[in-house]
Amino acid sequence: MFKRVRIISAFATLLWLSGAVSSAKADEPIIVGEINSYTRMPAFTVPYKKGWELALEEINAAGGINGSEIKVISRDDTGDPATAVRIAQELVNKDKATMIFGTFLSNIGLAVADFAKQKEIVFLASEPLSDAIVWSKGNDYTFRLRPSTHMQAAMLAEQAAKLDAKTWATIAPNYAYGKDAVNAFKSELKRLRPDVEFVEEQWPPLFKIDAGSSVRAVEAAKPDAIYNVTFGGDLAKLVREGSLRALFEDRDVVSLLTGEPEYLQPLGGEAPQGWIVTGYPGGAVETPEHKAFFDAYLEKFGEEPKTGSLVGYNSMIAIAAALKSAGSLETDALIKAFKGLDVPSSPTGPFSFRAADHQSTMGAYVGKTGFVEEVPTIVDWVYADGADYLPSEEEAAKLRPAE
Amino acid sequence: MSFYFAQLLTGLANASSLFLIASGLSIIFGVTRIVNFAHGSFYMIGAYLSFTLVTKIGSSVPGFWLSVVLAAALVGVIGLLIEITVLRRIYRSPELFQLVATFGLVLIFQDITLAVWGAEDLLGPRAPGLDRAVRIFGQPIPEYDLALIAIGPIVLAVIWFLFHRTRWGVLVRAATQDREMVGALGVNQTWLFSGTFLLGSFLAGLGGALQIPREAVSLQMDMSIIVEAFVVVVIGGMGSVGGAFVAAILISVLNAFAVLTFPQISLVLPFLVMAIVLIVRPYGLFGKAGSEHRPDEEPQRPLRTLTASENQFVLGGLLLLLALPFFADSFTSILLIDVMIATLFAVSLHFLMGTGGMVSFGHAAYFGAGAYAAAVMVKALGIGMLPALLLAPVAAGLTGLVFGWFCVRLSGVYLTMLTLAAAQILWSVTFQWQDVTGGDDGILGVWPSKWASDDTVYFYLAFVFCVGGIWFLQRVTHAPFGYALRGIRDSRIRAESIGINSRFSQWMGFALAGSLAGLAGALFAFAKGSVFPDSLGVANSVDGLVMVLIGGIHALFGPILGASIFVLIENWVTRLEFWRFIFGAIILLVVLVAPDGIAGGLIRLRNALIALLRKEART
Repeated sequence: MFKRVRIISAFATLLWLSGAVSSAKADEPIIVGEINSYTRMPAFTVPYKKGWELALEEINAAGGINGSEIKVISRDDTGDPATAVRIAQELVNKDKATMIFGTFLSNIGLAVADFAKQKEIVFLASEPLSDAIVWSKGNDYTFRLRPSTHMQAAMLAEQAAKLDAKTWATIAPNYAYGKDAVNAFKSELKRLRPDVEFVEEQWPPLFKIDAGSSVRAVEAAKPDAIYNVTFGGDLAKLVREGSLRALFEDRDVVSLLTGEPEYLQPLGGEAPQGWIVTGYPGGAVETPEHKAFFDAYLEKFGEEPKTGSLVGYNSMIAIAAALKSAGSLETDALIKAFKGLDVPSSPTGPFSFRAADHQSTMGAYVGKTGFVEEVPTIVDWVYADGADYLPSEEEAAKLRPAE
Repeated sequence: MSFYFAQLLTGLANASSLFLIASGLSIIFGVTRIVNFAHGSFYMIGAYLSFTLVTKIGSSVPGFWLSVVLAAALVGVIGLLIEITVLRRIYRSPELFQLVATFGLVLIFQDITLAVWGAEDLLGPRAPGLDRAVRIFGQPIPEYDLALIAIGPIVLAVIWFLFHRTRWGVLVRAATQDREMVGALGVNQTWLFSGTFLLGSFLAGLGGALQIPREAVSLQMDMSIIVEAFVVVVIGGMGSVGGAFVAAILISVLNAFAVLTFPQISLVLPFLVMAIVLIVRPYGLFGKAGSEHRPDEEPQRPLRTLTASENQFVLGGLLLLLALPFFADSFTSILLIDVMIATLFAVSLHFLMGTGGMVSFGHAAYFGAGAYAAAVMVKALGIGMLPALLLAPVAAGLTGLVFGWFCVRLSGVYLTMLTLAAAQILWSVTFQWQDVTGGDDGILGVWPSKWASDDTVYFYLAFVFCVGGIWFLQRVTHAPFGYALRGIRDSRIRAESIGINSRFSQWMGFALAGSLAGLAGALFAFAKGSVFPDSLGVANSVDGLVMVLIGGIHALFGPILGASIFVLIENWVTRLEFWRFIFGAIILLVVLVAPDGIAGGLIRLRNALIALLRKEART
């Protein structure tokens, strides 16, 4: 008897639980799911989060999308792709998200992109850089905002080709991003300058560089110039050990992402000078759109925006533009809207999503590292429009798997 | 020639850093037998504290060194407080249970550090007076490297003096060899342990503090150092400080030269060295036989089969689980698939640890082998999902056969560390072998066949395989083979004297546990649609270990409880801000309330209730 009562009460609880998930109504907010590595990579993802929060506030204050507010459900993927997929499942199945955006680490971006394809839901990969997301493993449901590894490497290769340097050494973390970045740079530079030669490669494990040994190995090869892909803690160690051992003296250094405040500012007074980098000059960008963004961000959070903030902000306005243009919450309509979507105004200037490979043409700033009022930043920079560093849409389409 | 000499010096400077953290770990393990994951956290906090102090008072030479020592001392005090408030209460728990507590501490410290110092990397100043390079044979050598090269041997000498010339040190060494005996002679063990923990934490803090002039302080410091520190301790021989010194030099110098010709090797080098050393010298370079075991604990009670009413209870629970998809929303089914897979993984690890007495730090290797086997079969070979699910455990079992052959030749902590080395070597191969495994971009598109792609259908599929797998392992535990394994665990000599081939039985047990973990991995691959090297990483192995230990290693239903609770709490808690702190605190709470695991706690609760009821019935 007692047992039966227990079972019945358990069933009752279950019924109550399942009733709690109500179906979406027309006047309810548009739910957008968001996933990122907030505890694993807080230095990069927290500014990003602030960026999309700012954009979200502005969009909803201006009346949302055709009268409905956007509501973002944001979750921490703990840095694990399997957890990210589970969260995506919850966002889609339980929270009834219209689409998903976010992710920072490339493998998590790829896992969620593959999930999006399987569950037929739109995914905007905001931060991951991996070329595979839009090319070799691209799919119909996934779009990517940030300028990819290939694009940023090509921007640097263009500058590197202007140098006299003939022999090059590379230092890159030993994982997919590092390998992609080195391969893209090599092929682009060889295309522009067939006479260059790559004489040494160092592949330290990510965040475990033995900087002294790597520096000496590069020094031993006596290259004219160095291409660096390390970042974060590895970069700090490399800079310190390298300058102690005079590695960078009389050598050109070209360095991926090092001009982003996330990576450059922690180096403080020891930040290298004159390295050719991609990055973000912050308040020095004086377009009215950027000024408005910069001031609003400073006002809301009491700190200057970082590259992540820019990416987060642009993600949100791109999503809003797509939702507006789709006029419906159906996945097919959203895909159609994203393909070729024009975002006419953003802090970085206009950009669009290419229909052929789903890559946005958002660009990056290319310049040299230097100091402004004792704060390391990039100087002599230009904005490199992403569209100029991508293969043509026909070529890009060939890079994608046949559907 | 001068170039190679300079490279040697670079390696030696790294060796000093590594030695400092490893020596503390080795001392703590030697005396208390605690596998202290929080040691990496002490190292990180030492670095952060020293960063704060150095930027405040460290601009002069005495100021800098005072900051370093002060930071290390503060870390020592933190370690002492933790020993007194947490670890002291759980020394009598089953072997290795303390590592669950230290796992909780790691989570707590991560969030505390983030809250206090912020997310950005912090680059401290260089050491005053040692901020340049000097030329030795024409090669530039940083002065600070030379200082580090000197500090390592100095610390080693001080420790040697402490252990050989002071009464306290002699007692510590005695306790390392025979804790019971030292206690019987009237030495207050409590304070001996506290003192050891203080010293060990101090050394970790010192290691971290001395890194300030070399690298930026970051939130990844704890995890990036801890595994390598364990490796150094094991190569040197657990509890041998001199051994740790030699091992640190061996690894660092090898790495300094290896990157010249084969730069990718850094990923796997420490684990390769550890595997080779352990195969040649089963107790590490300077370890002694027997140093890996802690004093005998109470022998375990023999397992009993379930009573009829308990069987009914289990059956009822399973029926309820079967009915769930009809009532709950589809995400609940998805969550329960994760719970079932984690449970099968934990049960297979429990079979190895609990029944077989072989603790594995690398069980994720077989989970990952199963997942990758399934993924490769489906994507590259075009085999269907069901055959892949049946063949993946075979592949994982074969992996278990290969690694197990080496592992069962060792015992205790050395066996444990060889499983870790095996898993890390497999991880490195997976990570590097891009053509087959896709490297860290993984293998995508491993979704279930069309008929099973619905979440509910896949739920039932996972149910059949997981419950079937768990049932099978319980059967094996109660079969003659299981008795043999338990016999070997409790007394190898007696088991052999009645004709059991102990090594062979353990080897087969190892492979069996591996193949069931592989089944869990294959189910996992299809549930997530993609496989990444993370699935065979240390974090996954440690998760499994925590599930088994927190559930209670002495009960067959322990891992089932542990895995379910672990996955459900993690799924809930990650929604919160500072969830690592909360999760860590929950783990600590469970550890303190139920020092024999949740299952042990429940059994005690039940017994207490029965006793209470009987007493009331009598009055």
